[in-house]
Amino acid sequence: MPLNESTAHELLGGILKKEIQPQKIISSVLEGIHKTDSQVKAYVRVDDNTPLQSSADFVNDNKGAIPIPVAIKDNICIHSHETTCASHILKGFKPPYNATVIEKLLNKGSRPLGQTNMDEFAFGSSTETSCYGPTHNPWNLSCVPGGSSGGSAAAVAAHEAIWALGSDTGGSIRQPASFCGVVGLKPTYGRVSRFGLIAFASSLDQIGPITKDMTDCALLLTIISGKDPKDSTSVDHPVCDYTQSLIEDVKGLTIGIPKEYFIDGIDPEVQTAVQEAIQVLKKKGAVFQEISLPHTEYCVATYYIIATAEASSNLARFDAVQYGLRRQPKQTRLNLLIDMYEQTRFEGFGNEAKRRIMLGTYSLSSGYYDAYYLRGQKVRTLIKQDFDRAFKECDAIITPTCPTPAFKLNEKVNDPLAMYLSDILTISANLSGIPALSLPCGFSKDGLPIGLQIMAKPFDEEMLFRVGYTYEQATPWHKQRIKL
Amino acid sequence: MISKQQVQYIAHLARIHLNEDQTERFTKDLESILDYIGKLEKVDVSQISPTSHVLSLKNVYRQDDITPSLSQKEATAMAVAKQDGNFKVPLIIE
Repeated sequence: MPLNESTAHELLGGILKKEIQPQKIISSVLEGIHKTDSQVKAYVRVDDNTPLQSSADFVNDNKGAIPIPVAIKDNICIHSHETTCASHILKGFKPPYNATVIEKLLNKGSRPLGQTNMDEFAFGSSTETSCYGPTHNPWNLSCVPGGSSGGSAAAVAAHEAIWALGSDTGGSIRQPASFCGVVGLKPTYGRVSRFGLIAFASSLDQIGPITKDMTDCALLLTIISGKDPKDSTSVDHPVCDYTQSLIEDVKGLTIGIPKEYFIDGIDPEVQTAVQEAIQVLKKKGAVFQEISLPHTEYCVATYYIIATAEASSNLARFDAVQYGLRRQPKQTRLNLLIDMYEQTRFEGFGNEAKRRIMLGTYSLSSGYYDAYYLRGQKVRTLIKQDFDRAFKECDAIITPTCPTPAFKLNEKVNDPLAMYLSDILTISANLSGIPALSLPCGFSKDGLPIGLQIMAKPFDEEMLFRVGYTYEQATPWHKQRIKL
Repeated sequence: MISKQQVQYIAHLARIHLNEDQTERFTKDLESILDYIGKLEKVDVSQISPTSHVLSLKNVYRQDDITPSLSQKEATAMAVAKQDGNFKVPLIIE
């Protein structure tokens, strides 16, 4: 099997036995990109110049080194590497520092290899709002890969990356993982540092792994987790080796099935796949219990008030001064300064970015703040309380990741509300701060992947690995390999 | 529920210029999104306090020690316009 089709843990095994040279992994990944990325378009930038700092010697001298390159979503800052959030407004921007997750990769002998496509500023569920054009789902090139981390998910699925990092604010790791048939995990809010992640919604964003299987997910999460003095919202919760949680045993665990997540709008093939997954776990000894998360119907509305309000604030920094695009209108409208702001942001932001900034501005503006933003924050409390109550009765919660498999390119691009509703099942985990995972649980009859979502209590990623790994090892999905 | 004038006002607050097409389009879009968001009015939040932060973290401090940071050169390296190590902007005050 070519190296780029292996998992990271398989490659690591080969490296330790001195059967695989780290440099050969890079060449194999680059070959994979060269072979198929003109069709998939997962990447926006590939830099193959920096040599991997490890060789076999580094591995020998540094027990626990993981010299396997990682694809990085284009909203995570890499020192001196153009990083644009797939936005025209940041073209040419080269960060003067590495994101903390990048530093952690480098300290382990790994390195970024290529930056992946995304929805502009992570605003989207399909990777269609990228200023570079869309990414295509490797399982069906006329379908979307999901978003906003569509490039990362597609790259991993197409073997154009061994593993990748994405970011998740309302489902942007889990939904594309589900559409592309790979594993994606959103950590507990505060588990992974956001320093160097170009912010969308500061109370919701988290960086997380997108991988070929559960073992790689555990490996990568362990590397990137931890409190960071540069991120005051990161939490001092001990980082264990998450691979120790890859236990094939769910006997006696109680798993909640929230009735509000199995509504009419869910595609029947998705329902079937998830019900079959539940049977697999039942046979392994898990006990299932119907639960209620009564405020589920308010999640999307709450999210689109809070996330857009925070986004409007976070994107105010793109003002043509410290970095990025600067434009002036041909004729003065108000004055040189305001014209500069307005024209720059008119030309630099895409339509979805403009839409969300305006929605956020509206809900924060005087006269509307109480009715929208403040009310949204209060409903958020109720949503969080639903989960606090549920986790008193159960150890984990299982749902489908998305109501449908991947939709076609251009299908929802002109209907923002329809696009927003595709996040309906993933959004609650961001609002409540809990960790959540998507892993493959089957295919539609059209050959499109279907994802199973597992949610757990704050800082109980160990539970996600235990339930996820047990399911994975009892099923064939993780061994399925795309041939493009 | 939302007028074109309101949309133009919000765009100005957000410092984004919109052309005629976009103003019309966003008026329609915002109207339907705000209509959907209006379902939150049905929720009884009278006894509920707002969540601005999901964790129990409060007041994360550090010692007021000077540690290495970006140099002026590094910090202004990406500036659109600069002069003498400063960011340069259009005239604000006559």
